[in-house]
Amino acid sequence: MEAAVKEYTYKDFASDQEVRWCPGCDDYVILRSMQKALPEMGVKKEDVVFISGIGCSSRFPYYMDTYGMHSIHGRAPAIASGVKLANPDLSVWVITGDGDSMAIGGNHFIHVLRRNLDLNIVLFNNEIYGLTKGQFSPTSLVGQKTKSSPYGNTQPPFSAGELAIGAQARFFARISGNTPKEMTQVFVDAEKFKGTSLIEVMQNCPIFNDGAFTKFTDKAVREDRQLFVEHGKPMVFGKEKDKGLILKGLKLEVATIGENGITQEDLLVHNAKDEDPTLHQMLVRSEYPMVTGIIRSFDDVTLEEREDALTEQVKADSQFSKTDDLFFSGDIYNVF
Amino acid sequence: MIPLIEDQNQEVLEAVIIRFVGDSGDGMQLTGTQFSDTSAMFGNDVATFPNYPAEIRAPQGSLYGVSGFQVHIGSVEISTPGDNVDLLVAMNPAGLKTNLHALKPGHTVIVDSDAFTKKNLEKALYESNPLEDGSLENYRVIEVAMTSLTKEALKEVEGLDNKSITRSKNMFSLGMVYWMYDRSPEYTIEFFNKKFKNKPQIIEANTKVLNAGFYFAETLELIPNAYTIAPAKMEAGTYRIIMGNTATAWGFLAAAEKSGLELFLGSYPITPATDILHELVKHKHFGVKAFQAEDEIAGITSSIGAAFAGDLAITTTSGPGLALKGEALGLAMMIELPLVVVNVQRGGPSTGLPTKTEQSDLLQAMYGRNGESPVIVIAASTPANCFDFAYMASKLTLEHMTPVVLLTDGYIANGSAPWKIQSVESMPEIKNNIVKEAKENWHPYDRNQDTLARGWAIPGSEGLEHRVGGLEKDKVSGNVSYVPENHEHMISTRAEKVRRVQNYIPDVEVEFAQEGDLLVVGWGGTYGSLHSAVKQMNDEGYSNIGFAHFNYINPLPKNTEEVLKKFKKILVCELNNGQFVQILKINFSGFDFLQFNKVQGLPFANNELIQKFKSLAK
Repeated sequence: MEAAVKEYTYKDFASDQEVRWCPGCDDYVILRSMQKALPEMGVKKEDVVFISGIGCSSRFPYYMDTYGMHSIHGRAPAIASGVKLANPDLSVWVITGDGDSMAIGGNHFIHVLRRNLDLNIVLFNNEIYGLTKGQFSPTSLVGQKTKSSPYGNTQPPFSAGELAIGAQARFFARISGNTPKEMTQVFVDAEKFKGTSLIEVMQNCPIFNDGAFTKFTDKAVREDRQLFVEHGKPMVFGKEKDKGLILKGLKLEVATIGENGITQEDLLVHNAKDEDPTLHQMLVRSEYPMVTGIIRSFDDVTLEEREDALTEQVKADSQFSKTDDLFFSGDIYNVF
Repeated sequence: MIPLIEDQNQEVLEAVIIRFVGDSGDGMQLTGTQFSDTSAMFGNDVATFPNYPAEIRAPQGSLYGVSGFQVHIGSVEISTPGDNVDLLVAMNPAGLKTNLHALKPGHTVIVDSDAFTKKNLEKALYESNPLEDGSLENYRVIEVAMTSLTKEALKEVEGLDNKSITRSKNMFSLGMVYWMYDRSPEYTIEFFNKKFKNKPQIIEANTKVLNAGFYFAETLELIPNAYTIAPAKMEAGTYRIIMGNTATAWGFLAAAEKSGLELFLGSYPITPATDILHELVKHKHFGVKAFQAEDEIAGITSSIGAAFAGDLAITTTSGPGLALKGEALGLAMMIELPLVVVNVQRGGPSTGLPTKTEQSDLLQAMYGRNGESPVIVIAASTPANCFDFAYMASKLTLEHMTPVVLLTDGYIANGSAPWKIQSVESMPEIKNNIVKEAKENWHPYDRNQDTLARGWAIPGSEGLEHRVGGLEKDKVSGNVSYVPENHEHMISTRAEKVRRVQNYIPDVEVEFAQEGDLLVVGWGGTYGSLHSAVKQMNDEGYSNIGFAHFNYINPLPKNTEEVLKKFKKILVCELNNGQFVQILKINFSGFDFLQFNKVQGLPFANNELIQKFKSLAK
C-alpha cells in the first residue's frame, strides 16, 4: 500500500534560497500560488520535480524545496519528458517564459504538447526578454519599442494559446498574474488533469514591459474586460454580470442580457472538454473580453499510457526475459 | 583474356575476398550477408563491409546507384574486410565500372551478361561493351546470362510477376559462389523458410534460383576450379556474426541488466548511427525506453532528464548531431550526471560524407563545448568490441558520475564480424553512486573520495530533494555560487574527476615488438587495418615494429609514456588530419611524432600502410 501523503503547508515547499526577482514582479505571485497549490494536490514532496530553461522565470526551481533542474535555454520540455518517461510516478512541472518556450525552445514546446505526456507547463508570458534586459520576444506586439526594436517591433507575435492548441494541446488555461486565488486553483486542476497541461500566466514585468496587460488585468477594469470561463457554466462577464458571449455565424459576439431580447439562456455554455478545439481557439483569440480560466481540458490517452500498453504487450509476447536469451538466440554457432 | 580452365583440383586457400556489386535494388546486401553468415557457420573467421549509395533509390543502372557488399573470409585471423578482391560479382555494367579497379589482376569477375544492354552500358558511361572490347583481358571473365537463366528456372512457379522474378537473380549469383567456395546453400534456404514464412511462393522461387545457380556452376565447364577455405582456428566458444551498431546496442542492454537500472535512449535519426536506435526500440521486453525525439538536442536533453530520474541514459548520434548536442553535454558534465553519448563518426565537416567513414570528430568529442568541460572519451575498435566499449562506457559513467563520449565510426558500425558471445554473468560488476537514504548533513555535492563522483540522489527519494543546474554550484551545498575561488575549485575538481578515471582503466597493450625501431600508433576503428599490416610486416621479417592501439583517450592509459619511450620512431596513423597526435603532443613532450593521415572517407588500405611502414622501418 502507498504511504499516505503528509499534510503539507506552503512553507514545506519553500527552499532556503533568497528569492531574487525584481520587487513587484508577478513571479512572486506565481511562486507563492504554486507553493500554496502543492499541498492541495495530494502528491508527495519527494515526487515533485521542477524543470526550467533559462530566463527570469527559470530561477523558479531554486526557490522550491522539491527536486529541480535549472537547465539550458529552451530545453526544459525535452528534459521533463525524459524525467517523466523514466519515472511516470513523478509530478513533473516545466517552468518557462515566452522566449524560452516559443523562440529558442519552440520545437520542444510544440512536440511536448503533441505527445501529451502527463506533465504541467507554466508559461510566464511577459511579452519581453527580461534577463537580457529588454529585447522584444515572440509575443511582443508589433510596434512595441524595446532595446532591440527602438523604432518599433516589426515581427508579428504568437498567441501562446493559439500555438498550443494548434500543436494539439489538450489542456490550456490562461490566468492573469494578479489573481493568486484563481491561479492556485488552476495549478491544482492542471496537476489533476491527465495529459500535458499548459498554463499561460499574463505576467507583468515591472521593469521592461510594465503595464503590458493592465487593460485586461487592472482591478478597476478586470471584471468588465475579462471573462473567467468555467466548464459547464454560461460565458458571463461584467461588473453587473450582464454581458456574455454568443455565436453569430462563425464569430463570437458580446451580447448584453436584456438588450435585443437576449436572455442568459442565449449565452454560450463553456465546454472545456470538447475534443473539437474550434470554439476554444475563438476564446483564445478574443481580446474583448480577454478570456481567462481553463479554456480547454480534453481528456485523451497520454504517451505513457500508450507506451505502457505497448511494453506490456511486447513483454507478454516475447521469448526473451534476460539479455542472454537474446544474445544466444538465432544464428549462433560453436567453435570447439 | 585469361583461359578459364586451369587445373581441376580443389585448391585450399587461407583467405579470400569477394565483392558483390549491383544496382541498389539488386539485393547485394542480402547476397553478401548470406555468404558471410554461411561461411561463419562453416567456421571461417569473417569480416564484412557494405557500401551503398546515400540515395535510397538512385536511378537504375547509374554509376552512383551502385550498391556493394564486401566479404573477407579465412581459415586465418581476419581483421578487416580487405582491400583488393579475389572475386568480383557484377550484376550490371555500372557495378563493373565502379568496382573493377578493386579486382586483383588475373582474378575472376562474374557478370550477368543479360544486363550489358546498350542502355545500361550508356548509363554506365561505357563507350563500348567491356565484355567485347578486350578491356578485361587481364581478368578471368565469367559471363552468365543470369536474368534469362533465372526466368527459365522460375517458368513453372505460378503467380510470380516479372519484377519478383528479376529480383531473385541475385540468388543465382549466390548459388554460383557457394559452389565455387564449397559452401552448402542449406543455411540460406533455411533463412528463406524463416523470413518468408507466409509466402511459400517466394520461398520456392528463391530456393529454385539459388539451387539453379549452384548446379549451373557445378555443371558448367567454364567455371574455374572450386576453392575451399578451411575453418579458422578461433578461441572455443559460442559465436554469432554481429554488426558494430548492433554490438553497441547490446552492450548497453547488458550494462542495464548488470547495473539493475532501466535503459533510456533519447535519439534522433542520423546516418550511420540510426541502427542503434532501430535495435534498441525492439527491446521493450527488457524495459528499454527508446524515445525518438524531435531533434538532436531533445535526444540528449531527454536523456539528461532520464538520468536525473535514475535511468542508465544514453543518446546516439553522428558528427553534426554531436555539434548540436554540445551545450547539453556541457550541462550533463556540469550537473555531474551519468550519460553516454555515442558518436558513430562519419565523413565531415558539415554534412560531409554521411555514408563514409572518418575519425575526424575526436577533437570535437574532447573539446566541443563552452567553458572548461572535460568528459571521458573512449573508442571502440572492432565491430565486435563495440559491445565491450558500450558496456564500459556505461560502467564508467555510472561509477564516475560524468558523461562519457563513446566514439565508433561508419566502418566498424556497419561492418560485421564474429562475436564470441558474452554472458552478462561474465561481465565486470557495475557499481553506482545512488544515495539510498537521507543521512544527517547530506549534501548534493558530497563526493566519493577515491573517484570524486558525487552522489546520485534520485527524485522519489524522501529527504533528498535538491536542485541542480547549469549555473556554477557551491562545492558542498550545490546552491548557486558566484564565489571566484569556488568556481576555480569546481573547475579543477571536475577535471580531476576525469583524470582519476586513469586508475580504473587498463594499460595500453603493445602487440608484436615490445621495443625497437618503429611503434605504429592508432586509435578506434582502424585497429583491423593497422593490426593486419603490422602483422604482415612482422611476418615479412620486420621484427622491430610494435603496435599500440588506443581505446581510452581521455584520460589516456597510465603506461602511455612508458610505451612511447621504448621505440625510436612513433608513427600515428589516423583517418583525419592529425587529431589524436595533437592529444599525444599536449600530454607527452620530447617525442617526434610522425603522422600518417588519410581523409578520403575510406579506411586505410593494406598496401599504403605497408609502403609507409617500409619507408620508416629498417
